[in-house]
Amino acid sequence: MIALDDDMAARISREGIGGPAPEPPVEPVRASLPPFQDFVELHRVTVYRFLLVAVGARDADDCFQETFLSALRAYPRLHDGEHLDRWILRIASRKAIDQHRRRAASPEPTAELPVTSADEPPHDGPLDGLLWKAVRGLPPRQRHAVVLRHVLDRSYPDIAEAMGSSEEAARANVYQGVKKLRELIA
Amino acid sequence: MNETDLRRLSAGADELSAAAAEGLADRAIASRLLDIAVGSVDSPIGRLTVAVTPRGLARLAFEDEDFEGVLAELARVLSPRILRSMSATQSWRRELEEFFDAKRTRFDLPVDRRLIHGLQRDVLNATRRVPYGRVATYGEIAQRIGRPRAARVVGRALGANGSLTGYGGGIERKARLLELEGSLIGL
Repeated sequence: MIALDDDMAARISREGIGGPAPEPPVEPVRASLPPFQDFVELHRVTVYRFLLVAVGARDADDCFQETFLSALRAYPRLHDGEHLDRWILRIASRKAIDQHRRRAASPEPTAELPVTSADEPPHDGPLDGLLWKAVRGLPPRQRHAVVLRHVLDRSYPDIAEAMGSSEEAARANVYQGVKKLRELIA
Repeated sequence: MNETDLRRLSAGADELSAAAAEGLADRAIASRLLDIAVGSVDSPIGRLTVAVTPRGLARLAFEDEDFEGVLAELARVLSPRILRSMSATQSWRRELEEFFDAKRTRFDLPVDRRLIHGLQRDVLNATRRVPYGRVATYGEIAQRIGRPRAARVVGRALGANGSLTGYGGGIERKARLLELEGSLIGL
C-alpha cells in the first residue's frame, strides 16, 4: 500500500519499516503540497467517470463528494510524491462499495440491484442503454475492475491498488466481468 | 461488444464533475474540513481574489498577481485545505463591492493577520488609522510607528514587492483608490 490514510501508514512513512529514522525529516511533511483545489481539478473527471459507471448517475454526485471529503481530511498528512491518482481511486472505490452496501441493505423488491433510468448516465442510442444495464448487473467488484480497466485504461497494478486486492484478483475480476458482458451483448 | 464501447458510458463526466465539485466546499465547511475559501470579485481596479479563513480575510490579490503562486503560498504558510467557494467568501465580496460603489467607507468583517509580520504589521496598523478620504505621507507614518527617519522603509513595506511605488497594487491602482475616496482630483 502506498497511499496514506491512517496513522500507522503515516508513522511507517515517517519512520520507515523497522523503527524510527535516525534523524527527523528536514522539511515538514506538507511543505510541498499543492492547494487542495488543484488536487480536485486534477482528479475530478477521472473520479467522476469511475463513479458514474460504478454506482450510477443517481448516486455519483454524493459518492464523488464523499470521496473528496475523505481525501481532504487526510490531505495535510500526505507526502509529496505519493501516487495520488491511485490513492484517490482507492478512496472512490471504497465509497462505491459503501454505496452498494447501503443500496443492498435498503428494502428493495429483488436481491439484484434494481436498474432504473435515474441510475443511467447520459448516453446515446439503444446499444449503450443495453450495455449500461449489463454493466449494472455485474457484481460490484467485477464492475469496478471492468470500469478501471476499460473506462479508465488503468494497469493491473493500478487496479489492484485501487481495489485493495492482489493483481491476480484484479485480472480475474476484469476477465470474468468482460466475459459476462460478452455473453449478454453480442 | 467491444471493450472500447464501455468508455462511452462515462460521457459527460467533465461537466457533471464540475457541478459536483461546486458543492464540495459547502460540505467541507459543514464538516469543518476547509481552512481557506477562495473567491473573486470584479472591481474598478481589476478582478480581486479574496482568501478567507475562519478568522477572517487572510489575503487579497490583484488580477496581475500570479494566482497559482498566491494559492501555493497560502497552502505553504497556512494550510493546503483550500477550495474555491463563492458562498463562503460572499460577505467579503459584498463589502468590497459596496466599498467600490462608494457605499462603504470602512470594512466591518474581521481580518486574519497571520500573513502580516514585523514592520509591515506596524505600518499597516498606522495606515489603517488614517481616516477615509485623508492621506498621510510616508514620513508621517514613520513618525507614528516610532521610526521618524524610516520614510523609505515605510514605502517599501507598503509596496510589499520592494519597489518605491508605495502600494502593492501599483501606482495606478493607488491613484484610482485615492480618487474613489475623493482625495485626488483631476486624474
